[in-house]
Amino acid sequence: MIFVTVGSDIPFDRLVRTVDRWAGQRDRSDVFAQIGHGGWRPGFIKHSAMLEPDEFTRRLAASRIVIGHAGMGTILSALQHSKPILVMPRRGALGETRNDHQLATARQLMEMNRIRVAFDDDELFDSLDRIDDLTADDPIPPHAEEGLIRALRDFIHAPMP
Amino acid sequence: MSGSVTYRTPRVLAISSGGGHWVQLLRLRPAFAGCVVSYATVRAGYRVDLEPGADFHVIPDGNRWSKARLLRSALVIAWLILRLRPDVVVTTGAAAGYFALRIGKWLGARVVWIDSIANAGELSMSGQKAGRIAHLWLTQWPHLARDRGPQCFGSVL
Repeated sequence: MIFVTVGSDIPFDRLVRTVDRWAGQRDRSDVFAQIGHGGWRPGFIKHSAMLEPDEFTRRLAASRIVIGHAGMGTILSALQHSKPILVMPRRGALGETRNDHQLATARQLMEMNRIRVAFDDDELFDSLDRIDDLTADDPIPPHAEEGLIRALRDFIHAPMP
Repeated sequence: MSGSVTYRTPRVLAISSGGGHWVQLLRLRPAFAGCVVSYATVRAGYRVDLEPGADFHVIPDGNRWSKARLLRSALVIAWLILRLRPDVVVTTGAAAGYFALRIGKWLGARVVWIDSIANAGELSMSGQKAGRIAHLWLTQWPHLARDRGPQCFGSVL
């Protein structure tokens, strides 16, 4: 399955519309989308407004590829399960989020080779045509980098001033 | 006993709003080894992410631009901190974490802000404000670190 998620209850119609149009034109029945509340409803792909955290994890784990917004919950969850992930950043100017922080995150993580990014609808449609070629990377470690853990641990156990 | 130093196991409150903030908080868990740790976040369903029996609290989600909800969230967080009396408050954001830092510090805890890895271009607004409060003020992006803070020791990734 291809697991699509807008990452929260706030809709991301541009993403869902493009995936639905692609799945319809290519006759792909292996797509499921979590689409949020109150947005555009897909005509072709299977979907649900929200998923409880345990069902979200179950569907993610059972999927082969994740497509989502460029939120860190979505990205980290996919990477922890070694799923290839393609994201499209939400844009502040289009009212999809408050600002363009997803754009900055997506660019940085793309440079680090962690994720694939489609920056607009056309790019997303094209990327979807090549989606089956994506392969899983090695899973990321289950925890944060050691330097960050150590800094935090040292601070917690430091003698009271 | 003369000359002995009493050492109490640190009490830690790890608190964040939902989504990516929570996923990042979970990835910091090895830092809480040897502590009495309580977790607080905005969805009851997140309990499944923790080991059975973990001390888990649900707080109202204040991240929806509503003054009334923000106030309610702050009150619940204040009550939680009064009951738990943590030595250290650790947060990955966002609004809930900022409240917890302010209230925690006011009640004598040492407080840590770890700005979300989602803020790769600039610090979040609450992250900038947290710099004036946090005893330990961290960004996860080296290019955002400054001499006067925030510091960077690595990321959750």
